[in-house]
Amino acid sequence: MHIHRFERLWLTIGMAMLALFIAIIGVAAIGEGFVPPSNVQTIDPAKVAQTPPFDHPGLRKVGDHAYEAYYVAHIFSYDPATITVPVGSRVTFYVTSTDVEHGFSIPATGVNTMVTPGWVSSVSHTFKDAGTFLLVCNEYCGAGHQTMAAKVVVQ
Amino acid sequence: MSGQNIAARTADPMGSAHWPDDPRFALSREKGDLLVLTHIYTATLVLGVGALFGVLQGFSRANWITMPDWFDYYRMLTAHGVLMALVFTTFFITGLFTYATYRSIPRVRSIRLNWIGYVVMLVGTLMAALTILSGNATVMYTFYAPLKASPFFYLGATLLVAGTWLVSADIIENVVWFKKQNPKQLMPLPAFASVCTLIMWIIATLGVTAEMLILIPWSLGWTSGVNVSLTRMLFWYFGHPLVYFWIMAAYMIWYLVVPTAFGGTVFSDALTRLAFVSLLLLSTPVGIHHEFLDPGISSGWKFLHMVLTYGVVLPSFMTAFAIFASFEIAARKAGVTGFLNIVRWLPWRDPAFAGPGLGMILFIFGGFTGIVNSSYSMDVLVHNTMWIVGHFHITVGGPVALTFIGAAYRLVPSLARRRLFAPQLALLSEYLWFAGMVVMSTAMHWAGLLGAPRRTSDVSYFGAAGAASWHGQMVGAALGGTLVALGVLFFVIVATGTYFTNRREEDNPALAFAPVDTSAGPTPPVLDKLGRWAALAIVLAVLAYAGPMTQQLTAHTYLAPGMRTW
Repeated sequence: MHIHRFERLWLTIGMAMLALFIAIIGVAAIGEGFVPPSNVQTIDPAKVAQTPPFDHPGLRKVGDHAYEAYYVAHIFSYDPATITVPVGSRVTFYVTSTDVEHGFSIPATGVNTMVTPGWVSSVSHTFKDAGTFLLVCNEYCGAGHQTMAAKVVVQ
Repeated sequence: MSGQNIAARTADPMGSAHWPDDPRFALSREKGDLLVLTHIYTATLVLGVGALFGVLQGFSRANWITMPDWFDYYRMLTAHGVLMALVFTTFFITGLFTYATYRSIPRVRSIRLNWIGYVVMLVGTLMAALTILSGNATVMYTFYAPLKASPFFYLGATLLVAGTWLVSADIIENVVWFKKQNPKQLMPLPAFASVCTLIMWIIATLGVTAEMLILIPWSLGWTSGVNVSLTRMLFWYFGHPLVYFWIMAAYMIWYLVVPTAFGGTVFSDALTRLAFVSLLLLSTPVGIHHEFLDPGISSGWKFLHMVLTYGVVLPSFMTAFAIFASFEIAARKAGVTGFLNIVRWLPWRDPAFAGPGLGMILFIFGGFTGIVNSSYSMDVLVHNTMWIVGHFHITVGGPVALTFIGAAYRLVPSLARRRLFAPQLALLSEYLWFAGMVVMSTAMHWAGLLGAPRRTSDVSYFGAAGAASWHGQMVGAALGGTLVALGVLFFVIVATGTYFTNRREEDNPALAFAPVDTSAGPTPPVLDKLGRWAALAIVLAVLAYAGPMTQQLTAHTYLAPGMRTW
């Protein structure tokens, strides 16, 4: 099979780009921890209200500038609706759903994860700037989906 | 058919050289043409309805209108997604492949099986569409459990898939017959591309069929719950190859039909087959890149699927090279050299070229944004934002749809044996579509980078500060969407006008496939052995999914009851 030398060159460039992309993403994943939220932790959605720590959703201080925030997502709101943390806090969010598939996204941050009933999703973020951040459900969950939102206040 | 046309095809090494003179071919043509025309017109009608829902969505999101309760935004969004992604594309492609196969291999037996397939697809479509329109399946085209639609929705969608299998069986049977008659010959290239794509489609649709076997008994109340993350994984096992189903059909038009617009040739038979075989192998073992942000799937599986997703670089680069080489070779033969001169020389005023040509421009950008979405680390910034909506509108909504429309401007006159109605309007439909899609998808991508969520009827969030920047982009998207919808309207007018306004003529040019440039040398016979490639594709799919599927099946015993939250 004849392959034109320009095509060989072109495909070599393509494959080299591919190798470079994968290398960069691989190094970022292993070295810098740029890994998509992939928490593998199960929960019974029917018993969320009795399962600690989701029986008391909200913010826990776990160290200096370190917090854990436990959220329960259900149609069409989040519990808690508002959390307040100091500037510079590293917050690890744990979210689970008691009903259908939801999203959990804080635009302008790297916080974005799916929330699947039966699983606990987890994602972390350091809030370096003060402000009120909007937290939205970004997966269609029903008639009131466009109202499903919460707030993260950083002060 | 003109004598010159036959002479041109006689030199054609595709194996179809003697077919136009074969009397059996002439006999099959009349019936086959009606069948293909029926597929194409069904797709046209669906596109028109889908576009109407699309533009109304744009207006809703821009807060220009509020959809009434009896026909709410999410119902309309579900209808738009299902009609465009699952129905319009599928009917067009089954028609296209039927055409490509019947025209490159004489059909000596009944075409009844293909007709039955068409009817099954149509019944399934009507069943699913009416269920959605009546408000009993507002679950989006992804129908993620535990949202529970009426059983008629799942049954209808399953029938749509089953119908495509019957059409595929009819086409594959014809090709098998050809191979038995001519064991030493390669399949004609159009038939090869069709069958290669259909094999990929059959492997992919096994996933969604398995999902339906879980969802249908559940929606009927026979089972009490479903494994949510398993159904999501089965959906995306199908959902990504669905995308390649559209792209392979568009590539077939780019490789084999587009060069006829400027008297060009197919750059290389062997490389065309290699590109299709690569897509067959790489379409399925990649679906988890749609689930990068899902809990319950280990990050290693996600990384594996990302690497395999990026493998599509190979057939994409090969195709880009082959298409542009085909342009340049034909231009040089006509004495035209230099990049800009070649671009100007191309027949931009021929609707059969302008659609695919404009689509190719959009696809360059669609490819770039796709690299972002399928990146393990960058996806988190765009997942489920309007960026994704922008991405699939400049891939399936731009290149694929514009290519189908351009091909329809050739196919419909050829099959209906009528002149194209209002050719200037046909041309305008494509340029309007292109311009509108540039505006709309730019606004959508921008909104996505600002964090605007997709699948949301109203992005104002009660005036929250974080949402303030989104409204302007939604207005831009609505304006662009209006232009696209006008383009669709003009397409529907031209397509139906061709049949109902123009008189039947006998001498209309047939849509021929471009001859292959023979200077590339003979094709290695192994590339034609689709059975082996299909087996390898299945092995790759099993290797990529055995681990993550096992993880979903063994993780826990929770089975979700269905919910109707709309």
